[in-house]
Parts: sequence; structure tokens; C-alpha cells
Amino acid sequence: MNLPYTVIFEKRTADYPKWLPAVTSLLSVIVAFIISGIVLKIIGGDPMRVLKFFFTATFGSWPVFSDTMVKATPLIMVGLACAVAFKMKLWNIGAEGQFYMGAFFSSLVVLVPMVNLETTPKFIVIALMMIMGMIGGAIWGFIPGYLKAKYQVNEIIITLMLNYVALYWNNFWIFDKWSDAGFQMTPQFEKIAWLPRLSDLAKEFKAFSGITLHLGVVFGIVAAIIIWWILERSHWGYEIKLIGDNPKAARYAGLNITKNLILVMMLSGALAGLAGMSEISGVVHRLQEKISPGYGFTGIIVAWLAKLSPFAVIIVSILFGALIVAGREIQPSGLSNLLQGIILFMVISSDVLLRYKIRLVRLEQEA
Amino acid sequence: MTSSPPPNAVEMQDIVIRFPGVLANDQVNLTLKHGEIHALLGENGAGKSTLMSALAGLYKPVSGTIKIHGEPVSFNSPKDAIAKGIGMVHQHFMLVPTQTVTENILLGLNEPKFFVDLPKYDQKIRDLQDQFGLRVDPTAKIWQLSVGEQQRVEILKTLYRGANILIMDEPTAVLAPQEIDELMNTMRSMTEQGKSIIFISHKLHEVTTVADRLTVLRKGIATAEGISIEGLTGEKLAELMVGRKVIFSVEKKEQEPGDIVLDVRGVSAQNNKGVRALNNLSLDVREGEILGIAGVAGNGQSELAEVITGLRACEGSILMNGEDVANHEPSKAIASGVSHIPEDRTGVGSAPNMTITENTIMKNYRDEPIGNRWSINFTEARNHARGLKDAYDILAPNVTTMARKLSGGNLQKVILAREITTNPKLMVAMQPTRGLDVGAIESIQRLLLAQREEGTAILLISEELDELLTLSDRIAVLHEGEVMGILDAENAEVKEIGLMMTGMKRSDS
Repeated sequence: MNLPYTVIFEKRTADYPKWLPAVTSLLSVIVAFIISGIVLKIIGGDPMRVLKFFFTATFGSWPVFSDTMVKATPLIMVGLACAVAFKMKLWNIGAEGQFYMGAFFSSLVVLVPMVNLETTPKFIVIALMMIMGMIGGAIWGFIPGYLKAKYQVNEIIITLMLNYVALYWNNFWIFDKWSDAGFQMTPQFEKIAWLPRLSDLAKEFKAFSGITLHLGVVFGIVAAIIIWWILERSHWGYEIKLIGDNPKAARYAGLNITKNLILVMMLSGALAGLAGMSEISGVVHRLQEKISPGYGFTGIIVAWLAKLSPFAVIIVSILFGALIVAGREIQPSGLSNLLQGIILFMVISSDVLLRYKIRLVRLEQEA
Repeated sequence: MTSSPPPNAVEMQDIVIRFPGVLANDQVNLTLKHGEIHALLGENGAGKSTLMSALAGLYKPVSGTIKIHGEPVSFNSPKDAIAKGIGMVHQHFMLVPTQTVTENILLGLNEPKFFVDLPKYDQKIRDLQDQFGLRVDPTAKIWQLSVGEQQRVEILKTLYRGANILIMDEPTAVLAPQEIDELMNTMRSMTEQGKSIIFISHKLHEVTTVADRLTVLRKGIATAEGISIEGLTGEKLAELMVGRKVIFSVEKKEQEPGDIVLDVRGVSAQNNKGVRALNNLSLDVREGEILGIAGVAGNGQSELAEVITGLRACEGSILMNGEDVANHEPSKAIASGVSHIPEDRTGVGSAPNMTITENTIMKNYRDEPIGNRWSINFTEARNHARGLKDAYDILAPNVTTMARKLSGGNLQKVILAREITTNPKLMVAMQPTRGLDVGAIESIQRLLLAQREEGTAILLISEELDELLTLSDRIAVLHEGEVMGILDAENAEVKEIGLMMTGMKRSDS
């Protein structure tokens, strides 16, 4: 068969316009939905109904949108944690462990307790929990950072292993020391250690009743703004990007790579730790097993899909929050995973559009 | 059988090769006669490599015909080209360092199949060596070989594959003078035995020494097609290449050097393999003076540059205006006024995926007005970069262009501009003009001389003797990490430097 046209992939020689990555990412999500629809159709489902249900279950009303945002909140912070480390080409895949250590350290404020919970003002308790959470995560980031800086130990292996250490460290305390009547969880925290939720204001504003969105989402958004400023405006961000792009050039320019490596791992860990704090203080209100359904790992995907841009991390996190919520609502729940997988594939393949121009060319008539 | 002369080895006619937005070759003709050495000249980006890649089967021309030994061909892959006896010796060697010469030559061939009787093939390769005078031990591992020997392996590789048309892409760029002579002898002996060679070069005198005819490309168009080498002057060639008369020797002003800026005393250091690369080396550079460092590549030049700039640990002392900077972080050397034009522009001197702006502020991003206390004022940074772009004539669409999209010459100008704006007291320039075209070399050399007039002490490390003789006030010759002697550039003779480069110590001094 001879078509009169042919498709040509031309390597881009000029830089692509700034808006193009956003457009291709959006297109990939849409295409992913279409492909999932086709798969559904083949197995005998009704794609339009599922699609409609997906949107009503995640964005359809304030309460469900609030659920989506609650799921997005830890993803934003963990996604930022990964994005910062990845900018420097530090492959921190230990956000999961840093998340757990953040949860553990911030719980100490309540469980030890570190302050008198009867008399201390709420904002001090919360602030202390935030600081403790970030310290916990930062310690878990410091260990692989220090080992890499001093002994060139591969950070991927150490961060991966430390995930399990953190998990079992947590388990030891909740099984053995602080177990609530033999359950694998601590007793519920006093209300003073809970992050404020919109539903707390239900008395004043009827509309907020049952809305579980908590202050953690603000942490996430503020963190995104701060991380954006660090990466795009500060000396430090410039150093991070320079080391990430060419460590030899960075050393040649007189930068202290060792120091930066440790600091970036600690910042990354602190962000993931803050996510852990926000989750136990804003959602579960106790330290328990399985506080994370793998946020730390989803954060890696979020950071990549967002192309390491802090604001894009927020948007991608909301999408993934919606997928988590939808996964809970739609039967079989695997559908949501299917969609996640296809989105990931589509976004990765959409890079072709950034690297090549695709043109349809009319074949010249052979003489 | 008629006694007509053998057909031309290669005939490329009206070759057009187009890349997105670029016409790389525009109706270029090239005829390689049987048994000749045909030089292909041109500036960087003139389209030489593209044209040769078409001949080697890497690209397909949009239009035009290629005939090999009179027979029209159409290559779809390098394999097709090899089958027609075309072999390319690349500028960057494609060898496996941990394997022997023989293993590297056999790599990728169908024969031998599974078990390798190495001694048998070693002998085959020795026979091939005898035939062409390409000496290298077939049982040696690649990493043990000098650059010149590795190149011989590359040539043997193509010969073993039955090549009778050889394309040599800037083969002399990596060689010492003596090795260049040897290579030229080899090339002549190959043509005597019926091989035909296309020789790509930047260096005019080499072309006039070895080639029979030449073709010159400029911006994708042939400005000379197969003209005879006889009676051509260097000036004429340069004019064909760059399209305007090049002033050949940049002028160096007479000036008295000032105080000692850099004083290197008894420095020893190891290279990356843990082998001693600098051996109790001492030298000094004064204000407003260029000290040239001559030597065959790998005799301690890189290590010397690295110990001074703080990138490598050493024994001994390195005094910058009396202050010891040895064994400190690079930031200390930078703070004491050392600037550095590194040998590896893309690997060390720049960040490829960052913009021109970001590359120009690498050393002053903390200083006013670009740096505030915590942040960088990117408006100021861009203005700074724009200023440098204009002042140093850096060709790029704008200052947000990624460094990796710049040509070698323009990237070098970015690096030089950045290093000069730090107001250095000492500039360590390693191979600042390597791989650049005639126009860019000249502007880089002028910038170095301007720095000298400003009173900067310059340590110029180069493998181009002509460059050292033109620019330097004194020349130190390095051999196996030792200074063989320091000569006055004015009265230095190439022959003497050449001898010192091979390890002959200077008797008087």
C-alpha cells in the first residue's frame, strides 16, 4: 500500500515554547482516559458511565472534592521532597521512610508527651509537631546524604533500605510500647494535637459540615511556593541545579558539593517528614500501621510527571489524589491503577513531542 | 582488458544533505582519485563531517549520486559502506580499554565465531602491520597504549575489514609532532599500496605536506573542488576556508613582566590511575606574562592545571601572591584570583542543560548586583549575559539558549568571558583553542593577549606549538611530569622543543 503522505519526525533544533510541556502533559492525561475507555469497552463495560462516575466521585461535590484534596495533601509534600532531590540528581526513593519517621517524631510530642497538653496553646503544639516531623524526616535524609557524601555509598540502596527500617521502627513502638489495648495503633491523640479542619467551622458555616479538608493542604501549598523560590530564585537553588546538571562544573566553580548533597537530602527528608506529620495530625489522629498507602513511592511518580516543577506537583497530586479516591469508589478498584499506569506511560511517551517535531509530508510524485 | 586508468575511488556528485532548518551540504562534488590523499578542509560546522558521514553510510543525501569505483551506490547503513570498502577513522576512538588490540580489531566481525584463537589472529594483525608500517603490540591492552598507538589500532581496524577507501577525521588533532610525522608516513605507504584516503583537517601546514589535492567547504558549499596542492599558500587556503583574509599572526606587544604571581615549588601529584603524574615540578608565572607549557598530551599537563586550581591534591607548595593554595578547595583558588579555562569545555567548563545566562554567572552569582543576600536577580544576570554576548561576539539566538546548543567556539567564548570578568590575577588556560575553527582560534588568542596586556599572569597549556610560540613569553616543556627546561619563546626552535618533549633535558640553562 502506498500512501501519498508520510510522517516525519524531525529533531527539534530550537527550544520548544514554554507552554508546550503543560499542553503535552494535559493531552497525555486525556489520551490515557480515552485508552482506558477503550479497554473498558472491550471488556464489556460502559466507559461513559465510568468516566462520569469517576468525576462525580472525585470532583462532583465539595465533600468529595475535599476527600480528593485530603489525599492530594501528603502527595504534594512528598512530591516536592522527591522533586528537590531529583533536581540535584539525588535519587531519594526513601520518602516513604522519611514520611514514617516524620509521623513518629511528631507523635512524640503527644505520646511522650513533650509539652503539657492541658495548658500549652494549640498552635504551639502543632508548630512543635511540625518541627519534630521535619526533624525526623531530615534525620532519615541525613543518613544516606552523609554516607553518599563521605563514602560514595549509593543513595538509592540506602534510602530504599531505610524505608523498611522506618516502617519496623514504627511498628515496634505501636505494637509494643504504645499499643492501644493490643491493637497495632496508639490511642487517639488529644484534640489539641489535631490539625484544624474545615468541618470544625461547621457551626458558623453550614456548608463546611462533613468537609474533612485540614490545614495540611496549606502546608503543601506554602511548601510548594517556598521550594519554587529556592529552586528558581535563590543562590542555593542555582547551586542545586548546577550540581545536578554537571557536578564537575560545580566543583570547578568552587561549590561545596558535600555540604549541598547532605543539605538537599535533609530538605527532601524534612518535606516528606512534614507530610507524615500532616497525615497523622490531620487525618488519622494517632500513630498506627499503614498510615501511608505508599505515598512515598507515588511521590516519585508525581515528581516526574510534574517535570520537577513545584507548582505542577500540586496539580499532579490532585489528579493522583482523585485516582486514589476513585480507586476506593469504583469496583473493581484495579481500574484506578490501570488508569494510573496508562497516564504514566502516556506522559513519558509524550516526551517525544518535546524532542521532535512531527510533520505530515506529501510524498513527491516520482518522475 | 583495456589499459584505461582505474576509475575514481569515490565520486560524489551534487550531494545535498539537509537537516531541520540547515542546509548542511549544498550540491557538493568530491572526487577521490585512486591512490591519492585528498584533503577536506573547512571550519567547524562547514559540513565536512556531514559529507563524510554520507559516504560512510550514516546519513542519506536528499539528492546527488555517490559512485564507488565507478559503480553507483546507495547506502542505507554503515554496514553497506563497509561492504564497499569504506572505512572511517573517527576523531574519538571507539575502543574497549580493557581488551587487547587484537580483540578490539576482531570485535563485531562474523569471523571468528565463538572460540577465539587469539595467537593466530595476533599473527594476522602483525602481518597487516608489516605491510603498512603501523607498529603496535597486538597483545597489549588498549588502556596501556598512547593516544597515537590507539589511533593506529583504529586504522588497523578499518584495514582488517578490507577498507581501501579511508576517511580520517582530524587524525592529527590528538598527536604529538613526531607521531604526526609517523602518521603521515603511514598514510603515504597506504596510498602506495593502492589505498585512497580522505584526510579531514583544520591544520593548513599538514594538508600542504601530505595531501595531493584538496576540497574546501564553507557553510555547506564547496569553495574549492579538488584543486591541486601545488603552489597553494597558507593564506590562500585560509581565505578559501573562512572567506576573508585571516591575519595569521596575532600581534603580541612588547612588555616587561611584573612580579611573580604564581610560584609552584616542588609539586608532585598522582593522576586518576594513582600513577605519579607530576614529579617535583617547579615554575613561576609573572604579571603580564604568558608562560606556555608544551608537551605531548598526558605528560602531566592536566594534573598541573588541576593542582593549581584546587581540583587535585598534591605535595609541595603552590603560592598565589605568596599565599599557599595547594590542597585547598577550588573556592580558595578562585578567591585568590585564579581563573581557569578547562580542557574539557562541555564536561567541566559548562553546564550543558543550563542557559547561557546561568553559565556566565557560575562564579559571580553571589556578588552584587547579580546576587543579593540569598537570591539571584535574574534580570541583572540576563543583562550581564547579554553584555558578554555582545562584547565577546557569542553567536546564539539569545541568552536563554542552552549551553549544549552552542558550537565549540561559542561555548569557549562563554567560558572565557566568564573567566575574564572575574578579574583574574592568574589565568590557567588549558587547550583554549583545541578543535576550534580558524576564526574562533584567532579571537580566543586575541582575548588571551588582551588579558596579558591587562597584567594577568597566564599559564597557557597547549599542544599547538605554533600557538605557544606566537603567544608565550616563555615556554616550559613538560615530559613525564617534569620540566625539561624553560625557553625564551622568541629564540625557541621547534626542533629543540620537540626533542625536549621526548624527554631530552636542556643542557644549558
